[in-house]
Amino acid sequence: MKKASVMDIPDVPKGQLPPHLELQRTRVLCGSDAPTHSEGIQYSGAYASMGIDNSLRLDDFCNKFRVEIIQLTEDEMEFDMIGIDASVANAFRRILIAEIPTMAIEKILMVNNTSVIADDVLSHRIGLIPLDVDPRLFEYLSGNDSPNERNTIVFKLHVSCKKSGPRITVKSDQLKWLPNGSELEMASPNPSAKPKSYTSFTCSQDSLPEFSNKPIGLKHEDIIVAKLGPGQEIELEAHAIKGLGKTHAKWSPVATAWYRMLPEVVLLEDVEGELAEELVKKCPVNVFEDIEDLATGKKKAVVANPRACTLCRECIRGEGWEERVAVRRVKDHFIFKIESTGALPPEVLFSEAVKVLEDKCDRVISELS
Amino acid sequence: MDPQPEPVSYICGDCGGENTLKPGDVIQCRECGYRILYKKRTRRIVQYEAR
Repeated sequence: MKKASVMDIPDVPKGQLPPHLELQRTRVLCGSDAPTHSEGIQYSGAYASMGIDNSLRLDDFCNKFRVEIIQLTEDEMEFDMIGIDASVANAFRRILIAEIPTMAIEKILMVNNTSVIADDVLSHRIGLIPLDVDPRLFEYLSGNDSPNERNTIVFKLHVSCKKSGPRITVKSDQLKWLPNGSELEMASPNPSAKPKSYTSFTCSQDSLPEFSNKPIGLKHEDIIVAKLGPGQEIELEAHAIKGLGKTHAKWSPVATAWYRMLPEVVLLEDVEGELAEELVKKCPVNVFEDIEDLATGKKKAVVANPRACTLCRECIRGEGWEERVAVRRVKDHFIFKIESTGALPPEVLFSEAVKVLEDKCDRVISELS
Repeated sequence: MDPQPEPVSYICGDCGGENTLKPGDVIQCRECGYRILYKKRTRRIVQYEAR
């Protein structure tokens, strides 16, 4: 008998993981009951006994990391982030939702409201209206600052419904920007004193170069704010300031920001004939397609659109299907979607999120050193 | 003595018309004679947090 070294036996691979371990490391396997191997293998020595180094190296990351933009419109972006850990992808998602500043209406000065909608409810509704302003042009208004042209935007809403006339609908475009600041005067105890305004603008905002060619407005002009019956009136002033989504959701720059792992659908054996037709019918999002094999004239199922897979696992339900079809997720490939509320375009939001994470890392480093 | 109290205007609960009353006046609408009158909302500025 020929002598062979134990290292030459084919099922002991050299320099790489055996296929089943590689699959468990890089994929989430979705069984008909539950997903398995959903955790990431973080420990650098996880495969030390096989002589494989599992440590994360910066060079490897730099070589492997990719971003591919799938779709980009004014308010929406879908892109793939490849070669990154779920923790970092999730950090970006959470920063996008809660830690990128925007401008939102925070203070309502109600002069008159005889409509049926209560003052506090009306204030809350107005606060949620998205503004079309770049928040990077403004500063935060801190506790002892006075509101000025660098930290506050003032809007006015004055609508009334004629006594003899139909009911009217108040829409967001009736909020008018006041570039000179508040027009209301503070009530003061002695009437001889000079009346003070609620804001102290030193100059008009529309004289500033940032706003002179692009006046501050609202993102959508058809948001219903209130409805007025005959004789009813709303008069108020709304002051917008800069804030973060973690304080209140009205400052969140995204309608939603979410990601999912890339679906991977694999046919483990040829699915032909009636089974192929059954498989195509099973999938509600049309991942599979049956094509006619020209040589045999039989129908054969192929995976046509794995990206559409929602992990509903319909395709592996039923006797024998789990042996034919494998549904997996790629652990380090994220399909990221950002839907902006309009203050900043989605691609800018993402680069702002990267900057926020960078700042956080800097802070940790300086705290440690 | 207090200065002469200012007349206050009220809104009729029935016809919605405006009525100006002085102290001692009969509480009754001049238009329709209804006896329930409502006080108007203050013109003072009320500040709300938009949350």
